[in-house]
Amino acid sequence: MRFKLPRALAASALFLPGLAFAQAAAAPAKLDSGDTAWMLTATMLVLLMTIPGLALFYGGMVRAKNLLSVLMQCFAITALVTVLWVVYGYSVAFDNSGMAAGSTNIHSFIGGFGHAMLAGLKPDSLYLTIPEGVFVMFQMTFAIITPALIVGAIAERMKFSALLVFTALWFTLVYLPVAHMVWGGPGSFLGDLGVLDFAGGTVVHINAGIAGLVGCLVIGKRRGYPNTPMPPHNLGYTLIGASMLWLGWFGFNAGSAVAANGSAGMAMLVTQIATAAAAIGWTAIEWLTHRRPSVLGIASGAVAGLVAITPAAGTCGPGGALVVGLVAGVVCFFCATRLKRKFGYDDSLDVFGVHAIAGIIGALLTGPLAAPVLGGFGTVTDLGGQFWIQCKGVGFTVVYSAVLSYVIFKGIAVTMGLRVDEEQEQVGLDIALHEERGYNLS
Amino acid sequence: MKWINAIIKPFTLDDVREALAEVGVQGMTVTEVKGFGRQHGHTELYRGAEYVVDFLPKLKIEIAVTDEQLERAVEAISTAARTGKIGDGKIFVIDLEQAIRIRTQEVDGDAL
Repeated sequence: MRFKLPRALAASALFLPGLAFAQAAAAPAKLDSGDTAWMLTATMLVLLMTIPGLALFYGGMVRAKNLLSVLMQCFAITALVTVLWVVYGYSVAFDNSGMAAGSTNIHSFIGGFGHAMLAGLKPDSLYLTIPEGVFVMFQMTFAIITPALIVGAIAERMKFSALLVFTALWFTLVYLPVAHMVWGGPGSFLGDLGVLDFAGGTVVHINAGIAGLVGCLVIGKRRGYPNTPMPPHNLGYTLIGASMLWLGWFGFNAGSAVAANGSAGMAMLVTQIATAAAAIGWTAIEWLTHRRPSVLGIASGAVAGLVAITPAAGTCGPGGALVVGLVAGVVCFFCATRLKRKFGYDDSLDVFGVHAIAGIIGALLTGPLAAPVLGGFGTVTDLGGQFWIQCKGVGFTVVYSAVLSYVIFKGIAVTMGLRVDEEQEQVGLDIALHEERGYNLS
Repeated sequence: MKWINAIIKPFTLDDVREALAEVGVQGMTVTEVKGFGRQHGHTELYRGAEYVVDFLPKLKIEIAVTDEQLERAVEAISTAARTGKIGDGKIFVIDLEQAIRIRTQEVDGDAL
């Protein structure tokens, strides 16, 4: 057998184990050109989410003097994680040696190094019905966007060097184990618990959102926050970035079917529905409470909806997507506008308020909404039971990410330091760290 | 000669320029400025963070006119820049001692 990796891993295995195993047990897998074409496309869409989608979404929200620093962080993370993914990341996340369904051992939490340097990968290596090289790339784009999301929480004050060190450590100690625990196939810790996470609500969004909250608490507030005005400098960029996220998310969610099939099609549909519902939910509640519907609000709402539908995209129906979207839009509005102010932490671009909260809402609702009785397409019949399993998945991820992220942030803080000095922060990171300006207008 | 220094709403600039051209004013200097008068600032709200913007963007136009042109020029500005709402701006008139066109060395009225 050429397949060292669990063929039935990935999201599809988690909600349709019967089908996935049936495929694996049937005749030896054959390359499907339709699946391959879609996954090549989906991979590019997910990469587009980080550069330039997320980079512009965040870049527009910071002050003009820090625009380049945010773009640079997202771009550099893309390059750094790519290299780490090839060297050991793919292996640690997806190597399934020593794993067996129902048995919990070290490999339930972390993969081995059997595929380090992509050992054994050839042009004709297959993963399900697509070239394994495409699967390596597809999963790499997820590993890229997750640390890039954290950038929003520590924007406008973190040293670039410290960010690179943080990215390498967090990718290794947090992202890879959590990805393995959810998507590692039979025998993976959270996968075996029965946690439903189609496209990465737990692995990507809760994980990054919690790390963001911890990061902004450890690094401290920006100088002058919250008394000095720090309005977004270019909401046009933010809206363009949000639009690219929306578009790219079809690769993220529909691509997580790892096939051009009905599941991918339904994932695409529910993604669109939840995003629109959340944009409307956020805008409506903002209009009611702040008297003005804002561009930043509708963009934020859309992103909250995209995050929330991510874990549910493979199992919920169109009606469920409406519910997920509306709840995420309204709840995230209060988290980003009220909760942050009440507790006084400076999660600059609301990574916690939008990604962690929407991720948790989505992860919890995924359970009941997977049930056919609520219009879902999963195999869930015990609504409360699945909800409890989802709670365990969320709880574990929150605690794991919080503890490890704290250790990493704190470790960097006491060794090389996390923050730029006061003067650099005042001048802006573009000039202070990169000796460039985002805008040379004259 | 007089120096007219007028603060106007930015969007009225084209009307003001045309009106001044009609009364024979041949040049002007325009600067983007910020300030406040009776029209106080406004508030902006970003994800619940409220910022009071004290200074509003205006344009400052500066023109030099002869004493004979003054009345018509002031009339032209105050008509073209008026919307009737608060924040239309102000016109200041100052005595101008001397004017020289650098290229030709013409002075005063000939230089305008």
